[in-house]
Parts: sequence; C-alpha cells; structure tokens
Amino acid sequence: MKKRLRIKNHQQELRLFQKRMIFTCIGVGVLIGLLFFRLFDLQVVEHNKYTTMSTQNHLELLPIAPTRGLIYSRDGILLAANKSVFSLEITPDDVKNLKQTITKLKQIIPISQDDTDSFWRLVRRRPQYQGIPLKYHLSKQDVAKLYVNMYRFPGVHIKAHLMRYYPEGKYFAHTVGYVSRINPRELARVNPTNYAATNFIGKTGLEQYYEKQLHGLVGYQEVEVDAQGRIVRTLERVAPVPGKNLYLSLDVGLQIAATKAMGKYNGAVVVIQPSTGQILAMVSTPNFDPNLFVDGISEKTYRKLADSKAEPLFNRDIRGQYPFGSTAKPIEALEALNDKVITPQYTIFDPGWFKLPNYHHIYHCWLRTGHGNVDLHRAIVVSCDTFFYNLAHMMGIAKIDTVFNKFHLGHTMHIDIDGELNGIVASPEWKQRVKDKPWYPGDTIISGIGQGSMLATPLQIANVTAELANRGTAYYPHLLVKTTSQDDKTTTMFKPTEEQSIIFPHWIWHFVIKAMVGVVTEPEGTGWRFGRGLQFSAAAKTGTAQVYSDTGTQVKGKKVIPIRLRSQSLLIAFAPVKHPKIAIAVLVEHSPHVAPEVAHKVVEYYMMHQHHLHDKSLAPPPLLPVDSTTPPPTPAKSSQQLITPFNND
Amino acid sequence: MWFFIGQFLSDIMQSINSYIHRAQAKKSTTAYRSTWQRLHIDFFLFTSVLAVITMGLFILYSAANQNMHIVEKQLLRFLIAFFIMLIAAQIPPQRFRQWTPVIYFLGLMLLAAVLAIGVVSQGAERWLDLGVVKFQPSEIMKIAVPMALAWYFKDRQLPPSFKDVVIAGLIIIVPALLVAKQPDLGTALMISISGACVLLLTGLNWRWIGGSLLALVASTPVLWHFMHNYQRQRVLTFINPARDPLGTGYHIIQSKVAIGSGGVLGKGWLNGTQSHLNFLPAHATDFIFAVCGEELGLIGSTVLIVLYLFILYRCIYISLKAQDTYTRLLAGGLALTFFVSFYINIGMVTGIFPVVGIPLPLISYGGTSIMTLLTAFGILMSIHTHRKLNTK
Repeated sequence: MKKRLRIKNHQQELRLFQKRMIFTCIGVGVLIGLLFFRLFDLQVVEHNKYTTMSTQNHLELLPIAPTRGLIYSRDGILLAANKSVFSLEITPDDVKNLKQTITKLKQIIPISQDDTDSFWRLVRRRPQYQGIPLKYHLSKQDVAKLYVNMYRFPGVHIKAHLMRYYPEGKYFAHTVGYVSRINPRELARVNPTNYAATNFIGKTGLEQYYEKQLHGLVGYQEVEVDAQGRIVRTLERVAPVPGKNLYLSLDVGLQIAATKAMGKYNGAVVVIQPSTGQILAMVSTPNFDPNLFVDGISEKTYRKLADSKAEPLFNRDIRGQYPFGSTAKPIEALEALNDKVITPQYTIFDPGWFKLPNYHHIYHCWLRTGHGNVDLHRAIVVSCDTFFYNLAHMMGIAKIDTVFNKFHLGHTMHIDIDGELNGIVASPEWKQRVKDKPWYPGDTIISGIGQGSMLATPLQIANVTAELANRGTAYYPHLLVKTTSQDDKTTTMFKPTEEQSIIFPHWIWHFVIKAMVGVVTEPEGTGWRFGRGLQFSAAAKTGTAQVYSDTGTQVKGKKVIPIRLRSQSLLIAFAPVKHPKIAIAVLVEHSPHVAPEVAHKVVEYYMMHQHHLHDKSLAPPPLLPVDSTTPPPTPAKSSQQLITPFNND
Repeated sequence: MWFFIGQFLSDIMQSINSYIHRAQAKKSTTAYRSTWQRLHIDFFLFTSVLAVITMGLFILYSAANQNMHIVEKQLLRFLIAFFIMLIAAQIPPQRFRQWTPVIYFLGLMLLAAVLAIGVVSQGAERWLDLGVVKFQPSEIMKIAVPMALAWYFKDRQLPPSFKDVVIAGLIIIVPALLVAKQPDLGTALMISISGACVLLLTGLNWRWIGGSLLALVASTPVLWHFMHNYQRQRVLTFINPARDPLGTGYHIIQSKVAIGSGGVLGKGWLNGTQSHLNFLPAHATDFIFAVCGEELGLIGSTVLIVLYLFILYRCIYISLKAQDTYTRLLAGGLALTFFVSFYINIGMVTGIFPVVGIPLPLISYGGTSIMTLLTAFGILMSIHTHRKLNTK
C-alpha cells in the first residue's frame, strides 16, 4: 500500500487537472453569462425604471410660496398686511457647543424654558445642517442686540419671514376676517400643488372669500440634492405670482366711529352707499383681535372668546337674525297703498289695543294709552301698533309676504363673505313645513308690526333701507371695490349686481318717505333721539323687537327685565332725503332706545367727513332713476373677467 | 528566519545574474528566453493587470469626487504592491514550496494574535497594529491556504483519499473560523473558497463535492445561529431588499439604481449622480463597480469584465502549463480565487448575492487586498517564468 501511494502518475494527474480545469472554465462561462444577463436586465430592460428612481433621488422641486395680497380700505389704509417677523435659528452642524451657545444667547436676549425645550426636541428630530428655530417673534430690540453680537455666534442666524398682520385689529375682525395655519381638511379642498409652500389660509371673512385672488400662484425651484438632503445647486427657478391686492368699500374712519358709537353694547351697524351698493361700514360688536388667530391662538384665549355669552366671534351683520320690529311698517305701508287696501286718508281710532273680531286675545299698542285717531302718516311717525295690527288684518299674510319678498328679504344678499343667513319671511306654508303648525290669524296680526317668525339679518335690513332710499333700485351690497396686481399694473373693477327693482308709483314712495322724515322731524316722531341736532334732512324708522315673543305679548311681571330678555333696539335711516348718500341699519341687542343714538353718531360722522369718503373713482356707474311705468333696465351681462358676487355658487 | 532571508536574497541575486548573462544564454544551446522571462515577468498578465488598474484609477477618481489625493494614495499602494509582485516573481516556486508550512502556521499565529490583541476597527477586529503599519493577517491566508493545500497534495496520489480530504478540510476550516470570529465573514468566505477551489482541482470525487454542498445547506441553521445580527440582516435583505429600504436594504437598492440608471452608454465619466451625491454608500470601496455601471454604462462594465477575464485566462493558462502538482494546484487555486473574488463583488453590487464585505479586486480603494492580490500574481509569474524549458 505504502509503495503504491508513493508512486505518482504525473501524466494521469495532469489529465485529471486539465479535465477539472475545463469543467471549471465551463462553470466560469456560465457564471459570466449570468452576470451579463443581470447587467443587461438592469441597464437595458429596467433602465427607465431605475432612471426614474435615480432622478427622484437627486432632483427635488421646492415650492416657493407666493406673497399674499394686501387688503386696503377705500381710503387706502392697510387692513391686512404682511409683516416681517424675525426668528432666531441655530444650525447645529455649524456650532461647536450647542449648550454653551444657548447659555450665552440667554445673556443677550430672554429665552424661555419652553423655547429651549422645543428647540432640543427639534434638534433630535431634524437634520443637523438645517436651521432650527430657537425663538420666534423677536422684538426689534432683540434683533438689534443679536445683530451686534452675531460675530460671536457662528451657526446662529436671524431669519425673517412674512406673517399676516391686521393693523386695524378688532375693528375689521368680522369683515376682513383672518388667516390661520392651514389644516388637512382645507388642504383637501384647495389645489395641494398651489399650496405646497403656503402655511396660512383665509379662515373667515374676506380673507376666506377672496382666498383664490389673495393667495396667488406658487413658484418653484428645481434643485439637486445630495443624500443628506443638502441643496447642491439650483437648476431652474420659476417665480411665484403674488396674490392680488383687494380694495374694499369699507371706510376706516366710519368703521371705527360706528364701533365706538356702539360702545359697550352688543349689536350690528351696516352702512351702505345706496347709489353703489358699497358697504361703507359693517360693524358687529363685541369684536375680537384677529391677530390672535394668525399664529395659532392659545386654547385658553380661544375658550374665553368662544364661551363668552356676548359671542364676540359671532358675525351679527350676516348671521344674526332678528325680528324687524316696527321697521317693517314703511314697506307694509307701500304695499297697502299700492294695492289700494287703504288710502292715505284712512283713519282708525287707537284705544291702545287691537282685538280680532270673534277672538278674545288683546294685542296691545306699545303706548298703552293709545294714540287716538291715527292715519297712515301718523301711524308711521308714532309707530302705532294698533293701526298696523288692523292693516295686517286687512292685507292678509300673502300681501305682507309679497312686499317682504319684493324687498329681497328671505334671501341672502350674496355679500362677499361666506356664511350669510337667509332670514325668514314667514308664510302659512313655511309654518306648516318648519313648525308643523297651522297659521293662526294672530300670526298675521303680529307680522304687521314685524314680530312673530319674521327674521332678517342686519345686512338685509340695511339693504331694505338702501332700497327705500333709492325708491326701489339698488345694487346688492358688497365689500370689494377692485383688485389690483401687486405691481399695480392691472386693475380689475368689481362689477356689482343690480337688484330687481321694486316698482311703486312715485306718490307712494313720496308718501312713505315723507312719513319717515316725519319720524325724525315731527314732535311726536319716535326717531327724535336720532334726529335731534342733525344738520341735514334724514328719513328714519325706529323699531323695537322683542326677543322672546311667542304670543306677541310683552314680557312683564318683573320690574327689572334680565338683559338677555330685554327688547332690542333697531333703527333704519338714510340721508340726505333727496339724494341719499348713506343708508344705515343699526341693531342693538337687549337695549331699547340705544340704536337711534348710535345711528345719530354714525350719520353725523359721515356727513362731517363725506368729502373724504366721496371718491368718484371708486364708484360704479350710478343707477338710472327708475320711472314707475318703465320696466327696470336689465343688468349688463358681466363678462368673465369681472368678479361677480355669485362666483361662489 | 535568517535562513529564509538568505535564501530569498540568493534567489534575487540569481535572477539578476541571469539577466546580466542573458547574452551568454542566448548563444548557448538551451532554449531562448525573452527579456520579460529573464525578469520573471509574464508580459500578458502584467499588461492585463495594468489595464485593469488604469481603468480602476479613473473610476476611483470619479468615485472619490475627483479627489486627486485619494488617487495618489492608491497609486502609491499600487507601486509598492508592484514592487512586492516583482520580488515575488523572482522567487522560484520550489522556495515557496519549502516555505509553505512556515507561512501557513505563521499566518495562523497572527490570526490568533489579532483575536487576542487586535485593535477594534470599524466594529470588527481585523487589524494587527504593528506600530508603523496596520496589518490584516487574514489577507495572508487567502494565499497561504491554497499554498498549504497544494503543499499537502504535492506528494499524495490524486484524486485524494477520504483521509486527505478531511485533513485538507481542517487546513481550510481552522483559519476560516479564526477569521470569521473577528468577525470578517467576507474574508472567511474567500479563504474557504480559495481552499475549495484547490480541492476541486485535485480531482475530488463528485459525490463528495455534492455531499459537502448538501452538508453546507443542511448546516445553514447552525450557521445562522453563529451569525452576527448585522450578518443576518444582510441575508434577510438579500432575500427581500424592499424589507428595509432605508436601512439594510438601502445599499443594494441604491446600487441597483446606480447601475440601472447608467443604461447602455452610462451617464458619462464624473457625471454619476448616485455616487457624487452620496446616495450610493461605500462607492469608493466595496460598491465601486456601481460607479462604473452608472457612469460608463453596460459598455464600460463589459470592458471591465472582459479585462478581468483576460487576467483569468492567463492565470488558468499558467496553471495548465505548470510542471508539477504543487505549482499546478497553487496556480489553479489562485486563478479561481481571483475569479470568485471579482465575481462575488459584482454579483453583490448587482444584487445576485447578499452583501458581503468583499472589495472589487484591483479597483476598490484600500491597501491590504491589493498587496495580497499582486503578491498572488507575482507567485503566478514566478511559476510561469521558472519553468524548465523542454526542448523538443
């Protein structure tokens, strides 16, 4: 055995080796073939897929937010601005000792524990080459102090960004509204591409309604990034298109004057320019500071606002629905005369109450002692309830509804703020449908003095006033006058929509308006609080509406009526009588007799400052005087370029 | 030790001598030897290696983000490695044969030393710090194991008996386990493969080959048990790269994206986005082939692979021309080891194999593997140029 082992057959071994080598070479060939197959698969067959993945890897589209459009009042005062705010940022990669840096910064400006806590949280989560904010909203002093010391802090930056700011604050809280951080629900409604870089969106008021115009178009830059997300270079840049500036019909002076006139009372003031439908002032009190909402309102502050009994967040102008009260009387008179239900000479005796034949219920006049003999003129001047109970009974509910509908009540005014309510023009069908109860004759009686289920928003009431002032023609009330591009190169005028004209013979208009003048000027007139000391002619009608008035009887039995159950005070007025420049509706909740005084102050302010307010360039073409016999002119078809108040539908 | 150094010096002197006296040799009746042969350099192998290295330096220049410093460092390593290769080529194969047991056991001792006092480098103990140079003894075993096997089989009858196979298995397993313990799975695998290649060439019975492969498959759960967690992750990721696209699967996905996006013509030299923007990890070392695929495309990759195949062809040719069992087995083993090392690397980068830390031979940035590889080529040249020329 041993001997056999020692003998090696070299020739045989070489052959064996060669055989193995040939076999191995075949194996190598197969493996190399496999490798080429793999490379072919990756680089030819799936080339497109991997090219896409590679592109996604290193090319990024970074959106650039457009600058939000500004909002100006009619007199050019900024109502919504973009304010630069400064924040302190630290790039951890560029800082040697973070803790030490923050301690040193604390010696320069105050930095709260909350700030540092959230900073450390962000440091753990975000890439270290990015600036991480340490403190927001630096004051000017802080910025100055930091700039002086900047050389000591590599990696510490002051960054400026734009934030919405409302210089006039609470005075325009309900009209201009506010923007706030965009939430997922809103993001789902808008084009997410256009909002890719936007943090804020209009939440209420005009900011919400004209969001599309204010926002503008997003820009972008295409950048090459490395694996750490660092931008290596910018390949392409498309600048954003800034949003459009809005010019409103609101007048800052008048708005502030009206707010101040309201004082501590809750309620609403709407002032309309009858010739154009432009709203000069629109006040809802109490109000709030919209700036609180922009950068996120604290839970506590928000609760305080939302839970307040006075409801400061509630826009009474368009969402508060109130009984007309006696302000309904002039328009009822118009229809009664037109329909020849009564003549101007028709007189009744007012004993202080009214009773339907065959019914026992007694409807009191506001003056318990009665007004004695009353004709229509006097009934309006002294606001005699008994006369209008009787008139309503004679007219019937159908005619009352007809005139209310003619005055565009029960429908929204298509104002350029979302959330407007319809109000209610009560009819037997309406009552059956909504309350599932039959219409009683008593319902008609109390409708005669604007009580019962009839409801209107202050805006609707103001619109009625404008219609009265114009003798039947008006534009739908609106806030926007024009939009301009941010470079002021292109201006788009707002085209107001004309309301359907209300046609009555001229003498009827004249008769009713004369009675409304009487309200202000005659000794018995209920509008004396409004009229005393006015330097010019005015027509008005007061109203007192009961809040809880199911049966039409007054709340009584208590010497002091709780505030929330007290009647509210209403006044509609326009001035001057011949060529009205201003139509106003004032509503004061739970405080009788206040509205005339508020209206007095507002109208007086307007008349004293009217030259400033009368800017011809802002006005659309004046309405044509409507002849009672000719049909009203059809409103010109608005071209697409013009903004119409119906663009929301 | 001094004995070996003396032998070594005499070998060098001999080759210089033969070069000087080439004129005499030319006149003599013995067969003609060219200048290259007198220098003990195999021209074909030398130029193929040089071609791969040149191409590799260009790829490295791009992969290193055009950092000339890195290319210069690599070039310096190549110069040293070439010097070592030339010296190795001067030593006649019988000297290697004599030294084989010494080299093998010295290597084993160094591996043990690494385990005992190795410095922790990149989480694994691989380097032996010799003060001036950091030294990776596991690399020696890539050559020492084929040498030891060739030495073991040189006088034994082939195909080997069962007993011989068991001993050969031990020769492979012991250093492989020591390396795997460091842990350096990639090198342990390469050592085992280099041994297996020699065994394959000894004419090992097919049944045993099949049997051991089955045993390997059967022992997978055991291997799994001994694996480090990161090694298990790699295997799992290989099975499904999408399992963890930002973690362990990231390497392979980014590498495939790089190669795939290169297409046929590539994005152009220095224009690869995957590597230059750091999406591709280890793009100057283990994943450098992906840079080649991305920038030079299918054409560039093919050129590179064909150049590798030239080297492989020459090595196999040398082994076939070898005149005794020792040199034949050693040359064949080294040739196949070279093939396996570049094949596994490219396979890993293209997603054929799981991620193992094996560099792309002659191209990846890093010192130790270059030294080993060029030493191996030196030995192959020595084998080829020290043949006795048989006159017909």
